[in-house]
Amino acid sequence: MKNKNLIIAALAIVTFSFASCDNSSNKSDNAGALSGNMAERAYVAPGEHDEFYSFISGGFSGQLSVYGLPSGRLFKVIPVFSQDAEKAYGYNEETKPMLNTSYGFVPWDDSHHPDISQTAGELDGRWVFINGNNTPRIAKIDLTTFETTEIIELPNSAGNHSSSFVTENTEYVVAGTRFSVPVPQRDMPIDEYKGNFKGALSFISVDPEEGHMNLEFQILMPGFNYDLSHPGRGKSHGWFFFSTYNTEEGHTLLEVNASQNDKDFIAAVNWKKIEEYVKNGGGKKMPTNYAHNVYDEKTHMATSTMKKEVVVVDPLEVPGAVYLLPTPKSPHGCDVDPSGEYIVGSGKLSANLTIHSFTKMLAAIENEKFAGDAYGIPILNFEDVMEGTVVQPGLGPLHTEFDGKGNAYTTFFISSEVVKWKLGTWEVLDRKPTYYSVGHLMIPGGNSRAPFGKYLVAMNKITKDRYIPTGPEVTQSAQLFDISGDKMEMILDFPTIGEPHYAAGIPADLLKPNSRKIFKLEENEHPFVAKSEKEAKVVRDGNTVHVYMTMIRSHFAPDNIEGIQMGDKVYFHVTNLEQDYDVPHGISMIGANTSELLIMPGQTETFTWEPKGEGVWPFYCTDFCSALHQEMQGYVRVSPKGSDVSMKWTLDDEWYDSE
Amino acid sequence: MKKLNMLMALFVLSLVWACGGGSASTEGSAAAPPPKSMVEEEADPMENKGIGPVASIKLEEVNEVLVADGLKIFEDMCTACHKVEKKFIGPSPKGIMDRRSPEWIMNMILNPDEMVIKDPIAKQLLIEANGAPMANQNLTEEQARAVLEYFRTL
Repeated sequence: MKNKNLIIAALAIVTFSFASCDNSSNKSDNAGALSGNMAERAYVAPGEHDEFYSFISGGFSGQLSVYGLPSGRLFKVIPVFSQDAEKAYGYNEETKPMLNTSYGFVPWDDSHHPDISQTAGELDGRWVFINGNNTPRIAKIDLTTFETTEIIELPNSAGNHSSSFVTENTEYVVAGTRFSVPVPQRDMPIDEYKGNFKGALSFISVDPEEGHMNLEFQILMPGFNYDLSHPGRGKSHGWFFFSTYNTEEGHTLLEVNASQNDKDFIAAVNWKKIEEYVKNGGGKKMPTNYAHNVYDEKTHMATSTMKKEVVVVDPLEVPGAVYLLPTPKSPHGCDVDPSGEYIVGSGKLSANLTIHSFTKMLAAIENEKFAGDAYGIPILNFEDVMEGTVVQPGLGPLHTEFDGKGNAYTTFFISSEVVKWKLGTWEVLDRKPTYYSVGHLMIPGGNSRAPFGKYLVAMNKITKDRYIPTGPEVTQSAQLFDISGDKMEMILDFPTIGEPHYAAGIPADLLKPNSRKIFKLEENEHPFVAKSEKEAKVVRDGNTVHVYMTMIRSHFAPDNIEGIQMGDKVYFHVTNLEQDYDVPHGISMIGANTSELLIMPGQTETFTWEPKGEGVWPFYCTDFCSALHQEMQGYVRVSPKGSDVSMKWTLDDEWYDSE
Repeated sequence: MKKLNMLMALFVLSLVWACGGGSASTEGSAAAPPPKSMVEEEADPMENKGIGPVASIKLEEVNEVLVADGLKIFEDMCTACHKVEKKFIGPSPKGIMDRRSPEWIMNMILNPDEMVIKDPIAKQLLIEANGAPMANQNLTEEQARAVLEYFRTL
């Protein structure tokens, strides 16, 4: 009896041991296992790198954010159109000219649609372009430094929205105006809009070597709103497609007045034809005024040049260059599939998606079968160009991208979902909800000839309860889907900045090898550089004082300066002498009416300081640089105006003076 | 007594059985590292070649062209922390050829991050400099060799 009890006890222990040890080596095929696997698919282990970069527009922050996929980790916010005190962008003397416009210094914009440069229709990873919507501008970001290196303003535009998309070989980055306006601007009654306002479509060439942008020509179109655009690919290369709304040409209560027509248009522009026309002297040179700002990586400085002329083209003067494709109900997205055959119009107030055929369009043009014209521009018959419709896939279609495997993915704002459908058969294959009210989506390379159809990012307009609350204002939510299988699977939910409107993704392997680590001191051509401590000095020129300062772990040279007087304007030109990866230094001065500087190895930046009082005023390094970071500091002595304290400076009590 | 043993054995067995497949139980307790001597052995610093890309340097007659290159590189890249006439952030290079092997000097220039962690002399120098690290100025091996040549003239 006793033995039996013992055996039972032993068995109980064995059983208990089984139960208590979760040895999860063989997961069963139940639902729980699937969701566990989803977490794994978005997991990038500590120290590992993401497979893709995604450049997600910063919306009303004016910037461009860099996230990794599939982790959803934020790596950098690249300042583009807005000042950024962290990086001194738009605060230091070198980058202030980047934000110059014909309206003066504009420290903010609404950044919308990034697009990565392409060669032969495939991502080449040299630059990413993005449009400023409010004060019309196009910026170029160099993908070796991840810095904004060029911004060009667009005259005759307002609400630069159907931008900034590149042609197949980055011949042009293209920008269409949302608002039509008087061209040239003039004082006139608003209700005389109809027939008088114009919509400018801008074609900005990109130098294939250096990437410099030049506004080659603007097509002055009828006074519609131009919403989004995309280039032709492959067979349709040489054409550009623009969605329009407000073909009613309403000027007030557009919510109602711009939603009257059953169909608006997708404008098809044969830009090669217009390019040739302009090259042969066509178009009209129109006096204007716009800024072209270029950052030079050798001098570490930007210059702003005001341009005074633009070539404008009346589409009626170039026969065969522009046609209008009727497309239902205020189309937003205007997306061309990787083959270049299908042009998908997302009529945002329509129940169906409309797909036009490029081949049919050419045939209709050939046959000169027109339904009429708008201000002389031929309108094709809807039935002649329309290839198919995706019937009632959801509510409020906005934007479509492609996976390169014959499928398209469209966002639906009103019904808050992404719908996968098949090109050619137009059947809906899958749908997944988003949280909430999705705007654009992005598949890396998804608007190119060669998409990387593995992930899809849905960028939402509304967040509500997705994250722990942060007061009335919450961040925008994005959801990541794995689209490698038949059905889309949501694997991650992550916050984004400033309401992203669009994004561009690219395999990390295409960018990583080119990413700059330092700027070489020997290549630094900044006019106020000090390439060694020997070159550190202080130079007075009237009331202006130039401090040529260096920084290295962990001291400034000079770190004591005397002889500054009240009323002086002091420029601190600070060079980081480090030549090693990830050793930036910062500098800030008490009471300076500007931001800190954050200076990368080998770089020179400048801040200005106008002392407000006599005394001895400290400055210090703002970026933790070494164990002696807290010792990296200095003093400036400020004397009364006309004082006989001589101009002198030191590091380690070896004093130098000016002459 | 016997029964208790049996029970224990079963218990142990059940644990192994239930959690089996794990790797740990016997191999887990790896041998403890042998006790370190409290006194570091006094090594001849001239025998220490440091850690880095430079394994062996053969010095010939001083090459004046190389010296001039080295002086320029030293002034551009090193003088923020090293001065010939005095100890500054780091030591003066004066007399360094008598204190260190040429390989050690070049490895310290080319691979300071690893040196200050692993090399006994470099570790000690980091302490003497109050933790101010030797900056890696990304010199090429040729540039470091020129700096070494310049050091030979000091």
